[in-house]
Amino acid sequence: MKPKGRYPYALPLAALLLIPGNAAPTSAGELEIGGSVATEIRLFPGDASYNGQDRSRLSPSIVVVPEFIYPLNDGDDTLTFTPFARFDPHDERRSHVDVRELAWVHLDNSWDTTVGIGKVFWGVTESRHLVDIINQTDAVENTDGEDKLGQPLINANFISDWGSFGVFVLPGFRERTFADDEARLRGPKPVQADDATYDSAAEDKHVDFALRWSHTIGDIDIGISQFHGTSREPVMASVTRSDEASVFRPHYDIIDQSGLDAQLTSGSWLWKLEAIARAGQGERFGASVAGLEYTFYQVAESAADIGVLAEYLYDGRDKNAPATLANNDVFFGARMTLNDEQDSSLLAGAVIDNVTQETFLSFEAERRLTDHWKAEVEARWAVNVPEGGFFSGAENDDFLMMRLARFF
Amino acid sequence: MYRRPILKLHQRSKTMKTSSAFNTCISVLVLSGITMATAQAVTPEDKGLEIANEIDRRDLGFGDSRTELKMLLTNRHGDKSVRKLRLATLENQDTDAGDKSLTVFSYPRDIKGTAFLSFTKILDPDDQWLYLPALKRVKRISSANKSGPFVGSEFAYEDLVSFEVGKYDYKWLRDEPCGELECFVVERFPKYENSGYTRQTVWVDKTEYRIRKIDFYDRKESLLKTLNQSGFAQYLEQYWRPLKMVMKNHQTGKATELAFSPYEFRRGVNENDFTPNRLKRLK
Repeated sequence: MKPKGRYPYALPLAALLLIPGNAAPTSAGELEIGGSVATEIRLFPGDASYNGQDRSRLSPSIVVVPEFIYPLNDGDDTLTFTPFARFDPHDERRSHVDVRELAWVHLDNSWDTTVGIGKVFWGVTESRHLVDIINQTDAVENTDGEDKLGQPLINANFISDWGSFGVFVLPGFRERTFADDEARLRGPKPVQADDATYDSAAEDKHVDFALRWSHTIGDIDIGISQFHGTSREPVMASVTRSDEASVFRPHYDIIDQSGLDAQLTSGSWLWKLEAIARAGQGERFGASVAGLEYTFYQVAESAADIGVLAEYLYDGRDKNAPATLANNDVFFGARMTLNDEQDSSLLAGAVIDNVTQETFLSFEAERRLTDHWKAEVEARWAVNVPEGGFFSGAENDDFLMMRLARFF
Repeated sequence: MYRRPILKLHQRSKTMKTSSAFNTCISVLVLSGITMATAQAVTPEDKGLEIANEIDRRDLGFGDSRTELKMLLTNRHGDKSVRKLRLATLENQDTDAGDKSLTVFSYPRDIKGTAFLSFTKILDPDDQWLYLPALKRVKRISSANKSGPFVGSEFAYEDLVSFEVGKYDYKWLRDEPCGELECFVVERFPKYENSGYTRQTVWVDKTEYRIRKIDFYDRKESLLKTLNQSGFAQYLEQYWRPLKMVMKNHQTGKATELAFSPYEFRRGVNENDFTPNRLKRLK
């Protein structure tokens, strides 16, 4: 395992070191230690597509995520440390360590600050997270894009009757993770992940900025955000490696992105909208996800709830921007929550291209086994993949994943 | 959604803005009502409402409170599972809505840090947000699910939100002994939408107006559940809280017991802590 190098953490960490002096622990709480250890098995029903790719159909791995929380000043200050490590014998790059969180959070009456490394989520839709931009995707973890690398940040939020205003200074950029050349899910070409190029001469030391306003007005929750800095999504440029092989090299542009997210909650209906406008990758373009979620409660006199979801995805980007699955697609999904003592739930969804009918399917199920053990199953597969489709070259990498996690 | 459970009956029905003509009309009706009442004695409905108002009056002005509790779920076969959570409540000083409450889970560990924020309304749907710590995501959730089970327990969401007087119609049934005390027995009928109950029978002790027991009747009018409250402790020389609540489901044989740590009152909880954005900062 090798740590992904060049962490530009110096500034937030320096700030972090200042705390113990300032915030003398007048009423330090107890250090809470928690977290999880999980074993995972991925099952690939299809054969590997490329020479040199691992032939195994079963791919086990282990992931460890401890969590340390130290409250100070009667909970007004909190120090959090969440390291992360995965060991995957079939993917040298998926075997990686990260600092998911190492932050000092201070809460005051009408403002709060977070300094260190952390994770921030913005948005409301389910099939795609357009507005969410602070953290880089830890793409080797899962293909759903939900796993994120820790982001160095200095953040202040001000709460008022007119909503919450957030300011984010992001000193340093995290490059996206990619599967190893010899691993599954690497895509049609190997990725030269360590050789990324940048718009900015500062490369991954570029300091990014973001602003966000969010508010609740009656049944509507709304957020507006602005980001300036390094795109989290790389453009994959085809280049020829020294051994004559054609490979992808990630390029990170400087972009400006405006975002809007809104949800109307009315009875059993949730109406959702996310929209962005982005400049800096080809022509300035807009993209949006709009949809709804309706929940049937206590179905057939049981305790279970079933939610149905539908979303429309549009993206107006041109060829100079990173490729996307979601240019003109619909998403249909269903979520079943059993409301039992084990918190069992099922989630199934499909994203379908309106023109080519290329379809990405996913299924997730989870259930607590005992107070400390939890089981999860996930399946992801692509069907109707056309020549040159988004999943073209990855057709054989459909997989079923089983995870058994121990929480402590 | 998880606020001073079951205890509190707030009267916040003073909200209607009425025209003076309407007021006059009401005054006449009220006056004639009083005349009738004195002539024909107090109706069971009046007496039921009076008891609810008195419960509410005795709980006004508590400000804010916080406690921790352990939830013990027992299924038909006697298998047990445990939840642990923190609960903070902020009394609403306005009269047009109910209280705000914040629930944070600490056990089982896989849901540690999961938080619920709820703003109770009188008859309108409550506002509710859920925070999922793994995704750092705050979701506004539908509150139409009044009768669904709260985290797999025998408590429905509607059993746990703060009770406002205006949420029910009332009818006094009788007085009878309840343990060593004498109780009022009052029926109440939910007026809000999506309730799982047609009615509830409530036993309230005459000495301190504490709810000792509630029978819940389902939509088919059969007895569904019984709640028993005990271990009452008094705070600030006024406010009573039960430190033990047991909900028994007669139809499934399941039960849920809540054991509360002693409450803390008026710790200066900040109103801004009860906002969706703050959920992300909780630990």
